[in-house]
Amino acid sequence: MKFGIVVFPGSNCDQDCFYVIKDVLKQPVEYIWHKNRRLDSFDCLILPGGFSYGDYLRTGAIARFSPVMERLSDFARKGGVVIGICNGFQILLEAGLLPGAMLRNTNLHFICKYIYIKTENPRTPFTNLCQKGQVLKIPIAHNEGNYYIDKKGLKDLEENKQVLFRYCDVEGEINRNSNPNGAIADIAGLVNKKGNVLGIMPHPERSSEKELGSEDGLNIFKSIVKWIGAH
Amino acid sequence: MFREEVYKSLGLSDGEYKRIIKVLGREPTPTELAMFSVEWSEHCGYPRSRNLLKLLPQSGRYQALKSEDSGGIIIDDLAVIFKMESHNHPSQVEPKQGAATGVGGIIRDIFTAGARPIASLNSLRFGPLTEPYNRYLLRGVVDGIQFYGNCLGVPTVGGDIYFDESYNGNCLVNAMSIGIAKKDKLARARASGCGNSIMYVGSSTGRDGIGGCSVLASHEFREGEEKRPTVQIGDPFTEKCLIEATLEALATGYVVGIKDMGAAGLTCSTSEMASAGNSGMEVELADVPRREENMEPWEVMMSESQERMLICVQKGKEKEIAKIFSNWDLNAVVIGKVTGDDMVRIKDKGKIVAEIKAHSLTQVPLYDMPYKKPDYLDILGKLDIATIPEPKDYNEVLLELLSSPTICSKAWVYEQYDHMVQTNTLVLPGSDAAVLRLKGTNKAIAATTDCNSRYCYLNPYRGAQIVIAEAARNLVSSGAEPAAVTDCLNFGNPEKPDRFWQFKKCVEGIVDACKFFNIPVVSGNVSFYNEHPKGAIYPTPSIGMIGVIHDVRLVCRQNFKKEKETIILLGLCKEELGGSEYLKMAHGLIKGDAPELDLRLEVAVQQATLEAIKKGLVSSAHDCSEGGLAVALAECCLSDRENPIGAVIDNLDFTGRKDAILFGESQSRIILSCSEESISKIRDIAKKFAAPFQIIGKTGGKKLKILNDKSVIIDLAVKRMVSKWTNSLQLLITA
Repeated sequence: MKFGIVVFPGSNCDQDCFYVIKDVLKQPVEYIWHKNRRLDSFDCLILPGGFSYGDYLRTGAIARFSPVMERLSDFARKGGVVIGICNGFQILLEAGLLPGAMLRNTNLHFICKYIYIKTENPRTPFTNLCQKGQVLKIPIAHNEGNYYIDKKGLKDLEENKQVLFRYCDVEGEINRNSNPNGAIADIAGLVNKKGNVLGIMPHPERSSEKELGSEDGLNIFKSIVKWIGAH
Repeated sequence: MFREEVYKSLGLSDGEYKRIIKVLGREPTPTELAMFSVEWSEHCGYPRSRNLLKLLPQSGRYQALKSEDSGGIIIDDLAVIFKMESHNHPSQVEPKQGAATGVGGIIRDIFTAGARPIASLNSLRFGPLTEPYNRYLLRGVVDGIQFYGNCLGVPTVGGDIYFDESYNGNCLVNAMSIGIAKKDKLARARASGCGNSIMYVGSSTGRDGIGGCSVLASHEFREGEEKRPTVQIGDPFTEKCLIEATLEALATGYVVGIKDMGAAGLTCSTSEMASAGNSGMEVELADVPRREENMEPWEVMMSESQERMLICVQKGKEKEIAKIFSNWDLNAVVIGKVTGDDMVRIKDKGKIVAEIKAHSLTQVPLYDMPYKKPDYLDILGKLDIATIPEPKDYNEVLLELLSSPTICSKAWVYEQYDHMVQTNTLVLPGSDAAVLRLKGTNKAIAATTDCNSRYCYLNPYRGAQIVIAEAARNLVSSGAEPAAVTDCLNFGNPEKPDRFWQFKKCVEGIVDACKFFNIPVVSGNVSFYNEHPKGAIYPTPSIGMIGVIHDVRLVCRQNFKKEKETIILLGLCKEELGGSEYLKMAHGLIKGDAPELDLRLEVAVQQATLEAIKKGLVSSAHDCSEGGLAVALAECCLSDRENPIGAVIDNLDFTGRKDAILFGESQSRIILSCSEESISKIRDIAKKFAAPFQIIGKTGGKKLKILNDKSVIIDLAVKRMVSKWTNSLQLLITA
């Protein structure tokens, strides 16, 4: 299998994702420049974090018009596995590949720190190596991670089990202090209806090695490898 | 002939103006006058400090590198390039953009050396947060740093922040950046090879920042002056693209030399690149990409628009280079060529507007400034500690110290910075030093910034030595061997003899301490004229120091790791209170001498600590600094916020004053914790290096207890300390 990491001008977690896939996971991986239009050879596409186009407009609002995004939409429609991390999540929202929108964090600051998320649905390409309820220690780093969706949309997400991860505390409890950014229903990560496109605010690539303080994020990448191997 | 007020408004003296006429053999053109004014300004040319800076040691334990705009050390086949630079006056005027462009500027110095920026640190100084304007400054500066650094994807991993009245009206923003490159891939800031092309890359040129370095950075602030137009505006997105495109361009091998257009913009990059390459250069200003119409030639030469660079490219390879930049949607145009003479020739639509020998711009007039010991020292230096009452409630004093803005947790600040991107940060902000792994090796580097300027105010020579000693101690506590220094010297008006005396003494202190530690000063910056209507700032020689960790598994952190471990103090508690945070906070006094410093004792303590860490004997190590032993112990208990551990300290020697033992800031002390089995081995190591060794207590429980025999002096729940220490800064800011 082969991973592709899409690089937009302003992406800045592309090299971190590349390192984890190649040197930690030992899987083939290539960069895909955003002006590129050929995606046939890839099994999983990663939209990495960063500040595409500086986030000078709304986050992700310009990147969604990059040439690569048209083909990426086709790729996703055909069931290809796509994971958007942080800014990548924001781009997926802007591109309409995931429902909802991002607001600024409730404290109006950028927040970078380790937090905890718990696995809500372990039957997806991204979570099949996690247990239901499993708590992952994983860092966030964003200004706009306050996920919002209207009531009906939220009901759909919940009914279809599209919420994969929710912010929680170290014990897996959800309380007033466990949500760092104000996201509705404590949503940290969700998939599309089909289940093949994940948007996640926390950074699994920053928590895939023990020496960095956590390797919980590696579960997500390993799950993808296992799922693609089996399909 | 220019009128006096014209050249004086550009910051040139009568003598300097006469010298320009002599150098040129004629009157300067307006463009030439502007070019000399910026190149000879204190900010670019160091006319008043250079004679002293020559004394700084250039070599040490690790091979040192000195390039045109930065410096570093060699570790195996890697070059670690780093530098710290000030952006004080712009930040005082417009904190967000001032700080942002400070970060952007120093990072450009790193990647134009061919190194990929891997981390930033910041050394910040503000007046007290009780003043609304200082809260605005702190918020704005932090916002600027996060705005710029986060977007670039360069983690901001550490730094230091102090608050003191002397920075009212003149805050300090010193930004440091670190980069790495293969040692044979470094780039130079030179133009050479007659006929090679000079290309302009990056953002277009506007009127922003004109005179930023000569007018804003090289003069005192006066009240009511409107200087906002001289502050530049940062565009981190363009800089991010510039980093990637530049590193790609350098990898082609077609780039002869490259220089950032920072302070003094095109003037500095053209003249310094030509001078460093012993060449001449011809540039056509009409070809410079513009963002404003009708700019005069001198405005184009003086503009400090950000995110621009000048590259010298092999003739015939211009298209290949331009293609790389245009792929990142960046300008890249040929604006001139290297010439065989030694002249910098600036043309505007074919007409020569400046024609100057390259060396004459970079041969800056040097001054030996008069100096005089300031009068305040004799008054403040005397402190009879017998007149100071001992506190009744030591718990209260400790809690107050833990919540003082200089000592309390800076999480409110560093959680706004992306400190993890690039996935190298092994020790996150909040410990003694940041530690970054070097991917592809089993080594890591540690980095810290330091400067207790109150000590430097009370005793500039020793204060500066303490800055070096403490920075080294911070690195050692992380398991790193101190390797090299960058300095950012912030002082008042050098034309005033008492200020210059402070500068001279501090430089001498740095020189002597660095020589003793065998570490070079590889890069740096001088920022003078840090004054406000009430006087000068404290002398603030900020130091950035880099250390090397040879085995990435042997990284040490400051927090206690386990219950029931033994707590050891290396070093001596002396009965001294001069210059301490305690004296200021509890007694309202800024008095006495800086703490004593015995460099041999310092090195003994550091070497013993380092060896114990390298042998894997130590669970935690933390140096004692502001707030003394009691604060350092509290920090060991609470700095792992998820897993705080208490301690019982029952074996301290309390023969002197209790407040001096607990809150005095004696130097050369490190607190270790270790398992039972390691005690005797650490004792042997301490003996070998003649470092004073003392077991002072045990970790464990939910309290920090400090006892003198049976009597309890301090008894505080760790939880209570955590809440004071964690929340204090935010409360002060939102007050």
